[in-house]
Amino acid sequence: MEWILSNSGMILERAGQHMVLALVPMVLGLVISIPLAQLARISPALRTVVLTASSLLYTIPSLALFIILPPLLGTRILDPLNVIVALTIYAVALLVRAALDAFDSVDEDLRQAAVAMGYKPWPRFLQVDLPLSLPVLFAGLRVVSVSNISLVSVAALLGVGNLGMLFTDGLQRTFVTEVVVGIMAILVLALVMDAVLVLMERLLTPWTRAADAAGPSPAVSAGIVADVRVHAGGGS
Amino acid sequence: MSNIFTDTLAWIEDPAHWTGRSGIPVRLLEHLEYSGLVLVIAAAIAIPLGLYIGHTGRGRVVAVGVAGALRALPTLGLLVLFALIAGSGLMPPVWALVILTVPPLLAGTYAGISSVDRDVVDAARAMGMTELQILFDVELPNGLQVMFGGIRTAVLQIIATVSVVAYLPLGGLGRYLFDGLVLQDFPRMLAGSLLIAGLAIAVDLVLAGVQRLLLSPGLSPETPGGRKATTDLTAVAPAPAAVQGGNT
Repeated sequence: MEWILSNSGMILERAGQHMVLALVPMVLGLVISIPLAQLARISPALRTVVLTASSLLYTIPSLALFIILPPLLGTRILDPLNVIVALTIYAVALLVRAALDAFDSVDEDLRQAAVAMGYKPWPRFLQVDLPLSLPVLFAGLRVVSVSNISLVSVAALLGVGNLGMLFTDGLQRTFVTEVVVGIMAILVLALVMDAVLVLMERLLTPWTRAADAAGPSPAVSAGIVADVRVHAGGGS
Repeated sequence: MSNIFTDTLAWIEDPAHWTGRSGIPVRLLEHLEYSGLVLVIAAAIAIPLGLYIGHTGRGRVVAVGVAGALRALPTLGLLVLFALIAGSGLMPPVWALVILTVPPLLAGTYAGISSVDRDVVDAARAMGMTELQILFDVELPNGLQVMFGGIRTAVLQIIATVSVVAYLPLGGLGRYLFDGLVLQDFPRMLAGSLLIAGLAIAVDLVLAGVQRLLLSPGLSPETPGGRKATTDLTAVAPAPAAVQGGNT
């Protein structure tokens, strides 16, 4: 406890770095995967290409990717940019599938009705497709948020600053408290981020609340299953 | 830029790196040994539990909650904590890895079993199959597709995390990364990374092949015609592969 108080400045700084490294890729991943998912919906062949490529990229272990990226990007190995790019790749791999599922989950009749009411493609996408796909999309985002926050700590092994530093430092000094504090801090960040995402989903999809009262939201189990599904499709 | 890659290629091709204690074959074998050990222990815990929860629906909320919370645990933190508390050696990191591997395996098994159409299960029960027959001859073959998703995710996670174990320090392909980092030997680090990435992709491809072999042909997405109908057929005539599937 004393150790936490006397090092609170350092812990907060590391937590800040940690959040930036985890959240920037999540946002970038979302921005990239939505158009990619739309592209994949054009034809079954494109869908196969996008899904196969994303599950292949997801296969590469993070520590290896942190080291393969610098020569490709022309960055130094300590550059946080490597971590951001690597985690963005994982986020895209998970979110493309979630976004595809999300857009598939929108009732085709609703889409047709919107067209019949005179919606042009862009407004229809922004005002009908996107809002209705939010629940499934958010399930994917929650998986990405948890996995990113956990993965960032691996980058500390290469010297990129974040909460994972508490682990490497704790091991060198054989100081258990520091390691436990690091684990707790990361768990807290993951929980807070998850709560924020749940809250955001609730604010953005007010119409689902009526349905929620009827039964438990499928989003919780969907989140658990979502990362399993990256490989469930196999080559298909 | 291309210099680094030619250096790395030269490093991998160097015959000196293919023999001895720290040669590529030895490191690769260590990597596979650790991974296999973790997978066997984790599967022995997670698969029976997942089958039980999936079949009975009991303890579902607890399992999903615990699995979700465990997923948030940072890999590196847990490895370091176990190494500090339980000391050096092979087993502390193996147990840490088991804790990290059980959630995806459990979630995959549970999700696989509960993904099976309830009508199919009820039909099997109405035909007089015992609960065990339903589980192994109906639910398992029908849920195998989803279960394999969990197994492949878990295996990839193990291979990725075993690379981190070298930091503790133990063997495995991760050694090249950390030795290279200390020695400022970038070709060695990159070679290690490429080997790890190659191993992960190769293992995943093998598992995809096994999945294809074990999966009942009636469930294959390529089968033309109504998927519902073929699902019912498999329920009546369970695939023999189901028995092997339980031992993975």
